[in-house]
Amino acid sequence: MSATSTANAPAFVAKTKGGRITDFVDQRVGGSGILREFGRKVFPDHWSFMFGEVALYSFVILLLSGTFLTFFFDPSMAETHYDGSYTPLKNVEMSVAYSSSLDISFDVRGGLFMRQVHHWAALLFVASVSVHMLRVFFTGAFRKPRELNWVVGGVLLILSMAAGFTGYSLPDDLLSGNGLRIIDGVIKSIPVIGTYISFFLFGGEFPGTVIISRLYMLHILLVPALILLMIVIHLFMVVVHKHTQYPGPGRNDGNVVGYPLGPVYAAKAGGFFFIVFGVVALMAAFFTINPIWNYGPYDPSPVSAGTQPDWYIGWVDGALRLMPGVIGDFHFEYVIFGQVLTLNVLLPALVPAGLVFTVLFMYPWIERWITKDDREHHVLDRPRNAPTRTAIGMAGFTFYCVMWAAASSDLIATHFHVALNDVTYWLRALFFIGPVIAFIVTKRVALALQRKDREIALHGRETGRIVRLPHGEFIEVHAPLDDYKRYKLVGFESPVPLPAVPNEHGVVTRKEKRRAALSRFFFEDRVAPASPAELEAAHGHHGQHEVESAEAQKTLSH
Amino acid sequence: MKALSQKRRHPLAAIALLLMGLLLTGGLYAVATTVNEAKASTTSFSANDTEEGGKLFAANCATCHGMGASGTKDGPSLVGVGAAAVDFQVGTGRMPMQMNGPQAYKKPAQFNDEQTHQLSAYVASLGPGPSIPEEGLLDAQGNAAEGGELFRVNCAMCHNAAAAGGALTRGKFAPALADVSEKHIYEAMVTGPQNMPVFNDANVTPEGKRDIITFLKQIEANGSPGGADLGALGPVSEGLFVWIAGLGVIIAFTIWLTSRTS
Repeated sequence: MSATSTANAPAFVAKTKGGRITDFVDQRVGGSGILREFGRKVFPDHWSFMFGEVALYSFVILLLSGTFLTFFFDPSMAETHYDGSYTPLKNVEMSVAYSSSLDISFDVRGGLFMRQVHHWAALLFVASVSVHMLRVFFTGAFRKPRELNWVVGGVLLILSMAAGFTGYSLPDDLLSGNGLRIIDGVIKSIPVIGTYISFFLFGGEFPGTVIISRLYMLHILLVPALILLMIVIHLFMVVVHKHTQYPGPGRNDGNVVGYPLGPVYAAKAGGFFFIVFGVVALMAAFFTINPIWNYGPYDPSPVSAGTQPDWYIGWVDGALRLMPGVIGDFHFEYVIFGQVLTLNVLLPALVPAGLVFTVLFMYPWIERWITKDDREHHVLDRPRNAPTRTAIGMAGFTFYCVMWAAASSDLIATHFHVALNDVTYWLRALFFIGPVIAFIVTKRVALALQRKDREIALHGRETGRIVRLPHGEFIEVHAPLDDYKRYKLVGFESPVPLPAVPNEHGVVTRKEKRRAALSRFFFEDRVAPASPAELEAAHGHHGQHEVESAEAQKTLSH
Repeated sequence: MKALSQKRRHPLAAIALLLMGLLLTGGLYAVATTVNEAKASTTSFSANDTEEGGKLFAANCATCHGMGASGTKDGPSLVGVGAAAVDFQVGTGRMPMQMNGPQAYKKPAQFNDEQTHQLSAYVASLGPGPSIPEEGLLDAQGNAAEGGELFRVNCAMCHNAAAAGGALTRGKFAPALADVSEKHIYEAMVTGPQNMPVFNDANVTPEGKRDIITFLKQIEANGSPGGADLGALGPVSEGLFVWIAGLGVIIAFTIWLTSRTS
């Protein structure tokens, strides 16, 4: 602390050369003030809090490796004949984009490694964003004051998918071309304006000659800039809100218990960047990703078996695969005023994704409206202590996963030796009943865990020691919990259903009735945490004393 | 010449002439009808092969394919499928079939090379069909790039662009093509086993087939330049890998990083 100084102390002269340089810089940029403010920022320590960091670091890796790739990639769709080192494609007609991607893979020193770093980091980026969002949802971290930051996070998820998809299409290989063709089909299925949008995007009929360079501009300029902007907003809000913490002794909505950013946490976070980079680099070095040379140049006629998008687009592809073309005699295609309306493309492409993102963005306000809870929350919920929210989350997660699995239906069929049709029928059924089953099971599991917690808080831990009392009764001795552990089991909020209340005109509105019904749905079968009185009572009458007195009698009688 | 002209009035001359005429037309017809078939073989079958093959057929195949390979409700007629079909089906172990199902699975061959040869001889004797391809087409020394283009246009929609296989409807599938011998690849193309269509010599020329085999063998020999290929299954195995291995390792690190202080 003494090495840093401010402009208010001009008399100070640092003793060492390094100190003098630091002081010179500090007097001009005021770094010490910033450092003092940020260095003292406290972060709670928990492994599940680090997925956001993983996402941030993956993004940094993406910027670095992506910049390398731009040196060698040429986003042109002009025709050329391949003349690189990969003989199975020698002299094959292809686009310059594909040819330069092959050159990066085979003729640029370290190019294949960098391509694989970039692609693995992209998969990891979206995966860590998703896990981060799941963590935030299931622990209730989206509640006041963090609702808007949840929305920013949702936008980041969409942007990361957009970044991934635009990048996936760039090499102009057969696989990515097939993916673009599906997107083209989805766009064209939009009523009335679909064809116009498609022609606008592709500069004419698919595939045209401009789409790769357009996607390239989006991929390296617009989308990363937006992601960066959103990350800045996201982190700024984290600083403003402070970090949430898991419940524990001494932790409440008014404090943050953890370690200051500097120096321990900063060192850890800095080191963690290199760990993430190292893991990505190892994956890139030893495991191939997107072997574009296998797929060959894009040509609208061939479609390869096993064509899938990268994992984060998989659920939308899966929804398309699940949609039946006809059900019995019922067709999903209509011609209205000369316009073809193709519901069997439009419905699966837009409705499930629309549903998932609508609920995702609205959820903080839905829960806020139902609970009428306007307090700030900085202490997280354990997922079991919010059974209905956890169940809703698992239902959504299951809905997503069924569609996700459907994107690999052909591989499920070949690798588990089952019929592709059966896989599709099962997944179609699960598409509707899977979320319902997941909701019921999760809610019951959460309630059962809460009851177990309550039982342990009241009666202590089972020791397995069986004692026979003088009058012949057998009891098992329970060991009482220490206060820290008990706090974790009893220190949570358990809201009760809020009945409908009249508004200022004395009228119970229909909306308010709906809210009350939802509140009942959320909280009616709650398990209340053990209250101090209950704990007292449990200790008063419990067998503990009987055992002790019985043992005392036993020693007396000897 | 003199002897021939002297015997032209011989009582059997007309019969000989008739015989010659029949042989000529029959031969021409045979050439004309099989010109489009992948007949590239010089493999010759002896009468003994055919006879032994017939015995093997009666003992092992006739249950489903019928005596004389004329077919039953359980198995199709094999008249005219040619030696190539037998060599493929028996040589890869698909026949005799393990069980009835949408498609026969590859398994260790039940007959040795000699027996397979004899069975082929027998079935080939029943009617003309594609014969076992000659060595020159199986050397995998063609043009891999041309073969790759042919493969992507004709084969990749079922077998996958990297020949990793794919699913078809109702339990049928296109198998992965790694470790399939050159001869069997060629035979599969000309006979169209299981659910595969026939690619006769008008569809894909013998030279084209040689190129396809070259392509398949070359990508197999090249291995995976980018490291372990994760089954060459594309984005699904990549996604599974990043979720399970990538994220798994990172979670292990996060637990390690936060374990000392909490």
